[in-house]
Amino acid sequence: MRAYKAKGDVQAKPYYTDRYWVAPQVAKFDVESDEVFAKDLEVIKSKFDVLEAFIQVEQMTVFIKPEDNYRVLELLKNELEYTQLSEMSAIDFLETRDGFEVFYQMLSMNKRKRVRIKMFIKNGVAVNSVEKLFRSADWSEREMFDMFGIEANDHPFMKRILMPYDWQGYPLLKSYPLQGDEFASWYEVDKIFGKEAREEIGPEIRDTATIDRYDSERFARLGHEVPKGTKITGNEPKVTQSYQEDGGVFLIKKLDRDNSKVIDDPQR
Amino acid sequence: MAQHKINYTQNGGLPVALTSMDKVVNWGRSNSLWAMTYGLACCGIEMMAAGASRYDFDRFGTIFRASPRQSDVMIVAGTLTKKHSEFIKRLYDQMTEPRWVISMGSCANTGGMFNTYATVQGVDRIIPVDLYLPGCAPRPETLQYGVMLLQKKIRANKASRAQKPKRLM
Ligand code: SF4
Repeated sequence: MRAYKAKGDVQAKPYYTDRYWVAPQVAKFDVESDEVFAKDLEVIKSKFDVLEAFIQVEQMTVFIKPEDNYRVLELLKNELEYTQLSEMSAIDFLETRDGFEVFYQMLSMNKRKRVRIKMFIKNGVAVNSVEKLFRSADWSEREMFDMFGIEANDHPFMKRILMPYDWQGYPLLKSYPLQGDEFASWYEVDKIFGKEAREEIGPEIRDTATIDRYDSERFARLGHEVPKGTKITGNEPKVTQSYQEDGGVFLIKKLDRDNSKVIDDPQR
Repeated sequence: MAQHKINYTQNGGLPVALTSMDKVVNWGRSNSLWAMTYGLACCGIEMMAAGASRYDFDRFGTIFRASPRQSDVMIVAGTLTKKHSEFIKRLYDQMTEPRWVISMGSCANTGGMFNTYATVQGVDRIIPVDLYLPGCAPRPETLQYGVMLLQKKIRANKASRAQKPKRLM
């Protein structure tokens, strides 16, 4: 895999120096400003350590300790009426803090409120599975493992879900190149034909914008097609498109425009 | 598209002397091109449209089959992911000779807009392709034209001996 390089503000750099650049933040509000959330937070705080809590975009975000996650979600589900886990995944903070933020997005249909439970885990640490509480966590945790490599303890089937089982690397890590690493770019060739075939099949051509009009092996100039492999001079005659040989085809009637009836009234 | 040379049938499209026997066999082959149902993504919708009543593939004797063992042509319509690549090879191997492949749409031709780690950059990295249809997605008319060109290609080949099997490697 490629070395980890900081690219937090690649786009901002040409315009601002680091000295003046401030990452834009969504406004945070005090939890006290919403009474439903304030009550919920009280209940959570009475049983667990809450590291931080605030309201952002009308949702409460609560930071908890990673070892409490199962019991906090249990509390939310059974006592606070947050009966749905609508989404969960992780965010890669390896570069700045050497770890991941795992979030659980909860929805209460009764209260019409959403709560986000977040926790920070160090790189290489597994989380507790919440699959016993929410069936939706089954696939979400597998996806989290697939994309970030975070394992969930006590998960019934901790395998990759989107990528093939024999895949190497975790594609949603910020260090993972979009066009794939060495393993990814040769995956299908290695698997189907074996490593020996690499030379014959050649590397992937990723720049689909390159067109070599003198290459008649892989390209055809529309309207000026030549047989494969012909040397192109640049003055190819125009070829009219046809779908049948000139002399007609054995046992098949060729369309004769003069004999055919053209229906020009669509409402006929 | 792949860089390597594909071992196409010899003299495909060149004027060769065809006997009446060839013509009869080719007439049969080219007018009952049973296609394998192989819609992989959005192009598959256009392929289905080409098979449905408005564009009506049946007029050309092209009927979609659900089994590779009953089909002559594989229309790869859509994005081939790396996870699926071994299966397309397996299905292609299950088709009986003579067999043809139409690669439909940018995704099947070159990977198209999916310039990512999970997409095969052109099905011709896996199986030999006879016809590339450009477009994203190609219209059903394009697919019909492609099938007619394939029929033309079949008619130009000698049929009396078994066709040389196409092999990528
Ligand atoms: S070529 Fe375009 S329409 Fe066809 S599968 Fe790819 S993205 Fe979809």
